[in-house]
Amino acid sequence: MSTVRAAGETTAFRRALAVLRATGPAGIASMVVIAAATVAAGFGPLLAPYDPDLPNLSLSWAGPVGGHLLGYDFEGRDVLSRLLAGAQSSMLGPLAVVILSVTAGTLLAVTAAWRRGLSDTVISSGLNILFAFPGILLAILAAAVFGAGLPAATIALSVAYLPYVTRLLRGAALTERNQPYVAALEVQGASAAAICLRHVVPNIAPLIVAQATILFGYAMVDLAAVSYLGLGVQPPTANWGVMISENQDGLLLGHALPAVAAGLCIVAVVIAVNVLGERLFEQARAARG
Amino acid sequence: MSDLPLLEAAGLTVLLEVNGARRAVLRDVSLTLRPGEAVGLVGESGSGKSMTARAIARLLPSRAEVHGSIRFGGTDVGGLAGADLRRYRSQVAMIFQDPRAHVNPVRRIGDFLTEALRTNHAVPRAEARRRAVDMLARVGIEDGARRLRQYPHQMSGGMLQRIMIASALLTGPRLLLADEPTTALDVTTQAEVMAILDGLRRQSGLAMLFITHDLELAAAICDRTAVMYAGQIAEIRASSLLHGDPLHPYTAALAAARPDITQTLHRLRAIPGRPLSAFEAPAGECAFAPRCPHVADVCRAAVPDLVQLDGGVSRCARAHELRGHLRAVPDA
Repeated sequence: MSTVRAAGETTAFRRALAVLRATGPAGIASMVVIAAATVAAGFGPLLAPYDPDLPNLSLSWAGPVGGHLLGYDFEGRDVLSRLLAGAQSSMLGPLAVVILSVTAGTLLAVTAAWRRGLSDTVISSGLNILFAFPGILLAILAAAVFGAGLPAATIALSVAYLPYVTRLLRGAALTERNQPYVAALEVQGASAAAICLRHVVPNIAPLIVAQATILFGYAMVDLAAVSYLGLGVQPPTANWGVMISENQDGLLLGHALPAVAAGLCIVAVVIAVNVLGERLFEQARAARG
Repeated sequence: MSDLPLLEAAGLTVLLEVNGARRAVLRDVSLTLRPGEAVGLVGESGSGKSMTARAIARLLPSRAEVHGSIRFGGTDVGGLAGADLRRYRSQVAMIFQDPRAHVNPVRRIGDFLTEALRTNHAVPRAEARRRAVDMLARVGIEDGARRLRQYPHQMSGGMLQRIMIASALLTGPRLLLADEPTTALDVTTQAEVMAILDGLRRQSGLAMLFITHDLELAAAICDRTAVMYAGQIAEIRASSLLHGDPLHPYTAALAAARPDITQTLHRLRAIPGRPLSAFEAPAGECAFAPRCPHVADVCRAAVPDLVQLDGGVSRCARAHELRGHLRAVPDA
């Protein structure tokens, strides 16, 4: 009896620790990268050793020297400070995209799966039309209509990712909706909203979380691309995508460090998020048997 | 016991779309249940027993085409939607064949038992848990408080089915739909679960539609038994008369196919042919005609109507003629 109780009353902390251990070295490394990027996003401007926006043209393209570990960019600004300061817009943009698209996607997916019939047809065909538009194209369109900037790009990408999230979650929600226990709840007189919120969504939550982490990586690359094109975050605001764009001349002039450093930041975070998402998804699937 | 029917299904016909074709799974099913009455629904696999229960609980697939009417306490169930449908469903409880599939596996038993009380009846949490523990005691589970903290996978099938019965009775329904509640359990557990279900049903004066393969079990616990064949009602009869004096050759054949504890038989009497689904049944003639030992020209002429006979109902064209000749117990 005591063993049963112990198994039934595992604390949330212990469970989190078990998940951490099961993700393996690559998973832990990924978590470290994500934690570092998150700290930079939160406190980047405070951690920056120098003013990230203060130019000094006489030092442009100067390599690592003194306290300036990554040297200076094309305008003679400290690269490390700009990387730290740029973490905020580089991380928050994808986060907003993920929150928007996953929330709306879950809502649409569960609605389609629950109501089936006409609602499902309308939602599914609407999404099939959206599938035809690449995210970058929508972002360019949004920039043309609402003006360049992070908000327009974020909303455009959220819309572009909506079909991917919804299609995946709709399948999972449909499977869950056809489970006999849902019919049993219906016969008990439970309302559709109660069944969806208390049973369907929690039971597809592992998939939602895994999908969110994978989307974060895509959103980061796409937003960096949009910023690189000059339609996202506007210079002189520090942003990793903007930094690649500003410093691309350096790649030809033999001063690759500023652009490459920003690129490496993006690559590291994207890989870390993807690895972690994959591990979490595998675990969720293994747990379900 | 009032004579006003609690549940009244009339001319219920259900068509489902299978591979693009509309196929009938229920044909002209009429059935009444009075308050407090137990009616058995027996038949082979695919005869439409579960579909009838699902139609009553409004659990048919969304694209099903339904004709005929189901009335519950005078209101038409087919037209209910939204809050009215939920109010109706909270008066109808259902117990399923496989309890494990019908409970959310990642929620505790306590959540499962108290959810309907708390959300539909606004019972406070502590009160709902107290009622759940009481009800568990009534279905023979003594350590209810501990069970509430457990998950479904920590229970045996019989235990879980008793919990399903507790859950069905907790909200005080007026009608219980029991869809083969003991089929998935082993024989000794079956008897135990049946005794609990039957006892509690009688105590609370609940009407029950009891679906089973088992003619004898239905006869033992139900006031009346309806026999289904190929999506139709073949016969409805007082359970005590079903065995000795069946009104339909199919009932007689079903009863004769059962092994009898008082007799040594070297071969069980099978019904020749195989059970038909409703959509396979030949059009324009009695669905049982191809397998019936008493088949005559009149059986092939038209689909027989339901005839009233000695307090029962039979869908046999020769019911009057064959009366008394359909002995279920074969002469040794």
